[in-house]
Amino acid sequence: MSVPSDFRTPIARARGLGSAKDGTRHWWMQRLTAIALLPLTVWLVASLIAIGAADHAQTVRWIRSPAVSIALLLTIAALFHHAQLGLQVVIEDYVHGEGKKLTALIAVKLLAIALAATAAFSVLRIAFGG
Amino acid sequence: MARNRPLSPHLQVYRLPLSALMSISHRATGMLLAAGSLVLVYWLAAAASGPDAFAAAQALLGSLPGRALLLVFTFSLFYHLGNGIRHLFWDAGLGFELRTAHVSGVAVIVAAVVLTLAAWALGYAMR
Repeated sequence: MSVPSDFRTPIARARGLGSAKDGTRHWWMQRLTAIALLPLTVWLVASLIAIGAADHAQTVRWIRSPAVSIALLLTIAALFHHAQLGLQVVIEDYVHGEGKKLTALIAVKLLAIALAATAAFSVLRIAFGG
Repeated sequence: MARNRPLSPHLQVYRLPLSALMSISHRATGMLLAAGSLVLVYWLAAAASGPDAFAAAQALLGSLPGRALLLVFTFSLFYHLGNGIRHLFWDAGLGFELRTAHVSGVAVIVAAVVLTLAAWALGYAMR
């Protein structure tokens, strides 16, 4: 009897190789972040209206309160994840040619991470800084 | 033989139904909001930088072009939010009847306009 070249079972080979090699993960995370953003964005818009034309000291005092800092960090995480997932689908639909498509996908993903890091750092700097 | 078969829907002559127009608008507002997230990052970074940078950001966003841009983002947000809820109901298998889908579409547009106006009216009233 010959030695099989692949010792994995058929299910191990098939697992994770659904529609875009990761099954429903993209679809699911898009919905999950959407549900998270329902209350978070409504809260953010209402808050920004309420603080309105506040000066720097008032704005910093608002951001610094723990509940606001946490809510802002959650908003930033959900927002940039959701935006990246959405833009990914747009790129996959409209950008043709593997090279251009891959470049755009990488650029959007890295940019989303960089922007989220910048926003989160700003919140943390206000929350913990002097 | 396959060459001159009619294509459907032919986008130049086919009048898209409301749900189709709202679908592409969902995408367009999503892209606008992704661009709008840059404003949020800029505003937070300015607040973290100090009073001078924050004052500059407030002045820029409070200018006429700044306010016009924020108005577009506000409408895009409420539209994307409302239509997103509509999509979540569809994901749950609800609201697919032609009439229900049309009515929910109109409701999303009306809600987006009303919420945008209410947000800006409140914003000016709180000054």
